[in-house]
Amino acid sequence: MEKYAIYVPRLLTKKEYFVPGHRACVGCGEALAVRLACKALGQNVIIANATGCMEIVSSQLPYTSWRVPWIHTIFENTAAVASGIEAGLKVMMRKGRRPEKDVNVVAIAGDGGTSDIGLQALSGALERRHNFTYLCFDNEAYMNTGIQRSSATPYGASTTTSPAGKVSIGQFTWKKNMPAIVAAHGIPYVATACHSYPFDLMAKVEKAAATGGPAYVHILSVCPTGWRCPGDLTVRIGRLAVETGMFPLYEVEDGKYKLSLDLPKLRPVEDYLKLQGRFRHLSEEIVAEIQRRMDKEYAKLKEKVV
Amino acid sequence: MAKRVGMEVSVAVAEAAGLADTDVVAAYPITPQTHIVEHLAELVANGDLDAEFIPVESEHSAMSACLGAAAAGARTFTATAGQGLELMHEVLYIASSMRLPVVMAVANRALSSPLSVWGDHSDAMAVRDTGWIQIFVENGQEAVDNVLCAFRIAEDHRVLLPVMVHLDGFYLTHVIEPILLPERKEVDKFLPKNNYPLPLWPDKPVTMGDFAPPIIYFETKKAQEVNLRASKEVILQYWDEFGSSFQRYYHPVECHECDDAKVLLLTMGSFSETAMTAIDKMREEGKEVGLVRLRLWRPFPLEELRQAVKNTEVLIVLDRAISFGGPGGPVCSEVRSALYTQDKKPKVISFIGGLGGRDITSAGFEYIVNRGIEISQTGSEQEFEIFGVRE
Repeated sequence: MEKYAIYVPRLLTKKEYFVPGHRACVGCGEALAVRLACKALGQNVIIANATGCMEIVSSQLPYTSWRVPWIHTIFENTAAVASGIEAGLKVMMRKGRRPEKDVNVVAIAGDGGTSDIGLQALSGALERRHNFTYLCFDNEAYMNTGIQRSSATPYGASTTTSPAGKVSIGQFTWKKNMPAIVAAHGIPYVATACHSYPFDLMAKVEKAAATGGPAYVHILSVCPTGWRCPGDLTVRIGRLAVETGMFPLYEVEDGKYKLSLDLPKLRPVEDYLKLQGRFRHLSEEIVAEIQRRMDKEYAKLKEKVV
Repeated sequence: MAKRVGMEVSVAVAEAAGLADTDVVAAYPITPQTHIVEHLAELVANGDLDAEFIPVESEHSAMSACLGAAAAGARTFTATAGQGLELMHEVLYIASSMRLPVVMAVANRALSSPLSVWGDHSDAMAVRDTGWIQIFVENGQEAVDNVLCAFRIAEDHRVLLPVMVHLDGFYLTHVIEPILLPERKEVDKFLPKNNYPLPLWPDKPVTMGDFAPPIIYFETKKAQEVNLRASKEVILQYWDEFGSSFQRYYHPVECHECDDAKVLLLTMGSFSETAMTAIDKMREEGKEVGLVRLRLWRPFPLEELRQAVKNTEVLIVLDRAISFGGPGGPVCSEVRSALYTQDKKPKVISFIGGLGGRDITSAGFEYIVNRGIEISQTGSEQEFEIFGVRE
């Protein structure tokens, strides 16, 4: 992947669909990820956005950061709204009321909107086989409302509703494996990505959109505000998440797992944890526990790879 | 020419949505709405209706899918009842606030707990302030006609608001009535294709559903209120046009024996037909009584109501929902409030009855009217009377 980095950018479109002027925090990984995903999706797209950071920062009346058709309604229903858009376009094209055109319907949501409050609507839309792409931008907590824990918050992370304290290590549950839950629906395409690997992210989003059925990309998005790290480390921390095995990049195509980046040796998880204030309180024992758990999960993933 | 045929009202409602050439139906089953969506699924399965039927996993998603479909410019229909309408609650506000012309039939049902699948108006009253146009119908024919009118009203560019057609669960949904189903070409003439002004489409990107800080939120809400109020003129226009085409006329407030009545009863929905029988009997006995039926619930027909009751001395309002701990039935509260500013106004008496499928017979309505007259003369210690409950 690295060796393409020199000339691939020249092949990328200079067009922006998620444009500057939005109110995201300095160093926001999610805004970067959304911008890259939009480049990959191009003009022929309709986006349904769940309530969350990206909705709030990009759509303050009377302004908009979206150069593609975009709709936000509420928090937990984005997959259902996308279902309706997809069904509406399909029938209107069939009846000749819209020109035949390959329009990608894309739902975007954060980790809370996906793995907590929006899980039912997502499961329903996947099960019904709507031809749409769902992008989860995972910054591992409810950042928009002030860093509250979600089921995607990693073990040991201190958030405002899972604060580290004298008798608490912070988040006491392990991160919900959302890509595995989605893959269990037997949909044609599931992938993980991170903004720190931009070409991999864009290729996956493009592939997801081209799939003739439901597709899902789970995108780790570093949040300097919530992870309590300097804004200029966003890309580096994203890379460390992958290099330590905390957030492996892979694809599940028709049920077959494939690692996108098969690292010969993983870095210790400590390299990733120590740069972030949300893990600052963790003892050596807890770090070791996280390492053991990560090793086990990574081995399980590798077993699935054919 | 349309033929009068016997059919279940639910089936007729589904047929009406079919005649409207609905594009998208998203629905989740709940008694007593089921027959409506079952029949729509059947129409789609048999190729009689070219639509996408989305069998969603909840009512919340049903209304959400309707938002998406309507925003894409599709003609969109759904139906629900009781708990289903409650689960949709937060999504209902989005449909009206974003001006998405969704049409929904509500098979009015009681609310849990205890669980009841039977009819009353608790579900309807709980969604009173959601910004939808709301119409109550009294029989199957009215349900069919008003589903067609609902699309015409909702999709008009002066309106662009969602419309609920309330029909009583079981009392209407599960009975077989003689129905005049209009011909397809007649419907096509009355109901042009949906042409949503700014749909989601890549050639002309729009941003829908923004976030509004205090500096602009209030303005959007005022605009919404002005818009819903102004929709009445359009509703009247299309009820009129429907009447000219189909010879069945609808009005925001319907009067029966009102002109010289000293005592008026006010009802909504299917109970009005039973109440009418009672009024007719009392008229034969020489009593100066009449019946006012409130058809248009939102926007509230203030002028029409004031006009209809201006000469009466006593107005007895029957609610089929309780406003727990409140001043009376929710309809009665609104009626009282509408008349409070009038120089000449009747005494308004509040009755609550018919909850959770408890029937009110013609004799029951006679009792309510007589008791209402009595209260108007002697007064009552209670804010409202509850009819038909065992003590």
